[in-house]
Amino acid sequence: MSSAKKYNKVLLLGSGALKIGEAGEFDYSGAQALKALREEGITTVLVNPNIATVQTSDGMADKIYFLPVTPYFVERVIEKERPDGILLAFGGQTALNCGVELTVSGVLEHYGVEVLGTPVRAIMDTEDRELFVEKLNQIDVRTISSEAVESVDDALRVANSLGYPVIVRAAYALGGLGSGFCDNDTELRALVEKALSFSPQVLVEKSLKGWKEVEYEVVRDRFDNCITVCNMENFDPLGIHTGESIVVAPSQTLSNEDYHYLRALAIKIVRHIGIVGECNVQYAFDPASMDYRVIEVNARLSRSSALASKATGYPLAFVAAKLALGYGLFDLRNSVTQCTSAFFEPALDYVVVKIPRWDLGKFHGVDRHIGSSMKSVGEVMAIGRTFEEAIQKGLRMIGQGMHGFVENKDINIPDVESALKMPTDRRIFVIAKAFAQGYTVDRIHELTKIDRWFLYKLYDIYQTSCELNKFDTLDQISDELMRYAKQQGFSDFQIARSVFKDELLGDTDAIIARVRTDRKERGIVPVVKQIDTLAAEYPAATNYLYLTYNGTTNDVDYLGDGRSVVVLGSGAYRIGSSVEFDWCSVNALMTARKEGWRSVMINYNPETVSTDYDICDRLYFDELTYERVMDILELENPHGVILSVGGQIPNNLATRLDAAHVNILGTAARCIDRAEDRHKFSAMLDSLGIDQPRWRELTDFDAIDEFVAEVGFPVLVRPSYVLSGAAMNVCSNDDELRRFLKLAANVSKKHPVVVSEFIQNAKEIEMDAVAERGEIKAYAISEHIEYAGVHSGDATIQFPPQKLYVETMRRIKKVSARIAKALEISGPFNIQFLAKDNDIKVIECNLRASRSFPFVSKVLKINFIDLATRIMLGQSVEKPAKSAFDLDYVGIKASQFSFSRLGGADPVLGVDMASTGEVGCLGDDTNEAILKSLLAVGMRVPQKAVLMSTGSAKQKAEMLDAAHRLHQAGLTIYATGGTCQYLNENGIPAIRCYWPSTPDHQPQALDLLHERKVDLVINMPKNFTGTELSNGRQIRRAAVDLNIPLLTNSRLASAFIRAFTTLPLDKIEIKSWDEY
Amino acid sequence: MQATRRAKLILQDGTVFEGRSFGYEGSTAGEVVFNTAMTGYPESLTDPSYEGQILVTTFPQLGNYGVPPSGGDDSLKDYYEGSRIHCRAIVAQDYAFNHSHWLADRSLAQWLKEEKIPGLYDIDTRALTKHLRNHGSMLGKIVIEGCDDVDFYDPNAENLIAKTSCTDVLIYDGVGAEPRVFDGTELPEAPEGKKTVLLVDCGIKHNIIRCLLRRGVRVVRVPWDYDFTGLKYDGLFISNGPGNPDFAGKTIEHIRKAMERPEPICGICMGNQLLAKAAGAQTYKLKYGHRSHNQPVRRAGTDSCYVTSQNHGFAVDNATLPADWEPLFINMNDGTNEGIRHKSKPYFSAQFHPEASSGPRDTEFLFDEFIELL
Repeated sequence: MSSAKKYNKVLLLGSGALKIGEAGEFDYSGAQALKALREEGITTVLVNPNIATVQTSDGMADKIYFLPVTPYFVERVIEKERPDGILLAFGGQTALNCGVELTVSGVLEHYGVEVLGTPVRAIMDTEDRELFVEKLNQIDVRTISSEAVESVDDALRVANSLGYPVIVRAAYALGGLGSGFCDNDTELRALVEKALSFSPQVLVEKSLKGWKEVEYEVVRDRFDNCITVCNMENFDPLGIHTGESIVVAPSQTLSNEDYHYLRALAIKIVRHIGIVGECNVQYAFDPASMDYRVIEVNARLSRSSALASKATGYPLAFVAAKLALGYGLFDLRNSVTQCTSAFFEPALDYVVVKIPRWDLGKFHGVDRHIGSSMKSVGEVMAIGRTFEEAIQKGLRMIGQGMHGFVENKDINIPDVESALKMPTDRRIFVIAKAFAQGYTVDRIHELTKIDRWFLYKLYDIYQTSCELNKFDTLDQISDELMRYAKQQGFSDFQIARSVFKDELLGDTDAIIARVRTDRKERGIVPVVKQIDTLAAEYPAATNYLYLTYNGTTNDVDYLGDGRSVVVLGSGAYRIGSSVEFDWCSVNALMTARKEGWRSVMINYNPETVSTDYDICDRLYFDELTYERVMDILELENPHGVILSVGGQIPNNLATRLDAAHVNILGTAARCIDRAEDRHKFSAMLDSLGIDQPRWRELTDFDAIDEFVAEVGFPVLVRPSYVLSGAAMNVCSNDDELRRFLKLAANVSKKHPVVVSEFIQNAKEIEMDAVAERGEIKAYAISEHIEYAGVHSGDATIQFPPQKLYVETMRRIKKVSARIAKALEISGPFNIQFLAKDNDIKVIECNLRASRSFPFVSKVLKINFIDLATRIMLGQSVEKPAKSAFDLDYVGIKASQFSFSRLGGADPVLGVDMASTGEVGCLGDDTNEAILKSLLAVGMRVPQKAVLMSTGSAKQKAEMLDAAHRLHQAGLTIYATGGTCQYLNENGIPAIRCYWPSTPDHQPQALDLLHERKVDLVINMPKNFTGTELSNGRQIRRAAVDLNIPLLTNSRLASAFIRAFTTLPLDKIEIKSWDEY
Repeated sequence: MQATRRAKLILQDGTVFEGRSFGYEGSTAGEVVFNTAMTGYPESLTDPSYEGQILVTTFPQLGNYGVPPSGGDDSLKDYYEGSRIHCRAIVAQDYAFNHSHWLADRSLAQWLKEEKIPGLYDIDTRALTKHLRNHGSMLGKIVIEGCDDVDFYDPNAENLIAKTSCTDVLIYDGVGAEPRVFDGTELPEAPEGKKTVLLVDCGIKHNIIRCLLRRGVRVVRVPWDYDFTGLKYDGLFISNGPGNPDFAGKTIEHIRKAMERPEPICGICMGNQLLAKAAGAQTYKLKYGHRSHNQPVRRAGTDSCYVTSQNHGFAVDNATLPADWEPLFINMNDGTNEGIRHKSKPYFSAQFHPEASSGPRDTEFLFDEFIELL
């Protein structure tokens, strides 16, 4: 008999665009919740503008609204749909905040919508710091206490009552200005005096620096039954955000007493707060006693809960959704064994390591230190049967050219000691370097406060590499050592590098192949193990797998029936590759399964739906390196492998897999190489008579000058070896070119640089298509709102195009058809074009699914991946009817930026991608779609005033119409010097304000921001070089830090202004996807 | 790479697992069982219920946090559940040659060597566990390179209860007080009007004594076969213990007699089985037992569920419970008995370990329920 209550229609809030701190994990949790609801026959309504997600796919929810997750829009959806319940815990902080606002404002009560799961009261108790401390005080649970003081004497009093060390934080100061640690009265006095000079108040807090950070994932049902599904321990001590930490599950350094002390506390807290569903409790834990503090409690599904689900096989979000409906844990089954109860705590017989992925190199001026705020954009999860094995796998998975803990290219660390003390994104590699310089585990522990246990394990890895280094040939290595190295997670590459040293610089692939052959001859091969939640106590009904060298027996019986189709996933989310490839992977798996194949996934990103063991027949949660993929293929003996739905990582394996006689489904490896290799592709375009911007690969300054003299400035410069900063740059004059090449890059025969002609004020157009043996079956042409120069991943994209000449469209179709034929494409592909007048030039071609595949598939309502997969599986597909391409609505894909998290970074767009996520919204016309999509990425319609600095003369002219509209709409316009003059001359009233570089004049632009006199900032850099930094950058940075909407592109700014001045908010139609 | 000796785990059915030795270098034999707990090796190794067994830990990394200081014989020092290691050997995938914990005063390897207990690593413990799951717990022996072979040894053929029980009657007046040996016929008055719990030691885990003492009672710990029926007590407690309950015929007889008296009776693990047998029910050997920290039990007839720590190879047959008895807890995975109670009298017991140590403490309230009955 079920304990659930009856609901007819439930609304689920998603988390919107991916951003730092709120990423793909919420697609996974939302998708699980929807599955749990649909099983009950409940009608589901989803609000989520993130069009690239799996949860917003056909069949996932009954009604899908691509609308901003804000109280206004959600209320309008409620008004229309009249659900009887709402779920707030599955869409991150965005959904939770929205739900709390709707509760407080009485909207939910007004429409009779019940909040399912954890009550809003309990959510508020955990969100409000004061309520939270008070609530935990009621049950004598310790929290981190801090006190606000306004004088040095008060600070001394508080510090002495808390006990040193303390941390001092200046209130109201951005970016951690004036914060620091103090060990005694003298240090405190100095710091507080300084802090009080620019802030009226400072917070004095007990410092727990160096304490361990441990968290528990807790589930509770309405019958008060509680379990902790997983605990996790941070490798990095307190002080580094858990999202920035390497995290290990389960905890490794806690004794039974420690583990269960904290576990029992977690349960006590969760019961007292009254969670129904899932929640996590984070602790600071003294490494030298059993003292602890509760850092925070998240009354919702979180990044940690997604990780815990993947780490244990326990589907937290699915279970939480069932509990929200009123079920008891005793009603539910363990979905892995399918015969035991869901009321249990998973037992792991493996070790899980999560490692964050940063992309700080993409930003100008960003601070690379990691600390209390999150900067990473993605993460990986590695599974092994020892910590060493898992961490080395993980360090390869993050995909930043590292081969594990050791045997990497040397990193340049001038001062190892301070680099250990003040961690950056490269801290673990600094530890390797420290070992090599003779630092002991104890010394590194003193400097980093990382528990010695982890350091001992890393030291063991280092020692093995030293042992291997003694040899120059493989046969000198004993079987024991070879096996031990593999058990410690050494890749064939690492072994090759330690043995062959410089020889490896020659034919790397051939030498690595020798290691592979050698170890296979010795019988040293990995085995496949299953994640079964119960450490083999009960058999698993699912195939959630990983490979390890710590074992002798496979858990899977391979039939060798050739019925497997292996799909390679996209790895860690990063700037440029995220949830869109998860959608593509999931759809390829679903099609393969539907067509009767055994669908097999390889991927290692815990934030994804493709790594849900439910979505495929076999999931290998493992590396996407050539070595590991071959290990798996040798076991699976599949029918074939799909490389074209997981972005660039699988695509890059094409040639090597082909050489190993792997059956690559779809376009041949030879053709993929023709598109990937710049020279081959260029030659092909020439032979087909297709135009492209002029470019050349050059190795010295004279040749560069000569080429620039031919094409003229500006030029796009792509070095092959980057010293620091961004990899690509546009240079407008000789000065910039020289500075960039000298400072940022290293030009030599070994490291050539690619210089291309940069065409200004050109339109950028995307062709996403699917072809069968060279013939295009379905296509989508979309246009960028911004002119070329903004990376296609940052651009705002409109589909179908509204402002392209028919002639341009026709030429694009023709050229695409020619390329598809020449490359014999079977499967998905994407071509990027520049168009100026009716001339088109090809700038890039990828023989794989692109970032915009989910967007165009959902706008068109034709699933491009399904079509492509069927083609790759050998079917012949019908072309969709011509009318299917004729839409009477518009889709706009807009980008989400996370600059607020990236202290110091200049929030300006350029040729390198900077956005972390995107949304896609539909509208009856461009204005409506643009308004919805920009509101969904955090823009707000200004109510008071706009601050304008519109850059070059051309940009000023472009913005004139928009400025006029702003004025007509009754908004005050503030403008800096040149812009103000230009506007006034053109009859638009504007108030002049002053740059930070002229501090004696009033009003100061920065003051206008700080005083919140403006609620939209339009600021265009004059050029792309970043030289006119200080003034413009300070304004842009202040806008981001003060959370005032910022636009830096004239075309996008104009489009937004046109949209909100034409279409009032209440005229926006609330239509679900299927109503278009 | 550590220079360690090769070692083999040979199962009775001929299956061989090859690994390496990190503990005492001497061969041994016993019954091979697996435990899926992720923490608690000092507690498990000293748990008398593991007497005669080779313990396989499915959690792959062993020894991470070293070993806490020991308090010597019969001390109720925290973290130890008995005065010596009871397991015959311990087997894991990997051993941490360097440990890290503020409380540790030596490594697991050191401790094993001190107590002459072999330890094996580099064994595919998952494959081994699956083998035991499929074929049932079985005998095995560990043969270390350079050491003599040994014969298989079946601990279940022996009275392990007698082997692990105390030999004297010990009186514990309270937390921290040293136990006194008692050899009279009439118990001395309890201090400060404390109630007296008579505790039958069938191979007791120390934390049961600690849990009782913390609740303010006096504990009189008696050997398994001691005839306590002439003594005056406020409540009877029957401990856990190793092996087959059929060896405890004498204890069962005493319990039967105790049931003629009104004082409450409580039991844990072996205590559950002995109480059931005294009531007239039967026990049987499980295929591979329950040894873990995550066994789900449900209080019969309620919506209350508990995660429990377990370590047993035998179970009470629910179907054989007499009419005036009923199951108190049921295992939510396999439906086996996890506790019984008398329908009208104050007798109840649990198959799992409410005293935890190691494992979750969610059912410690059962001690409160017992104390309230006194």
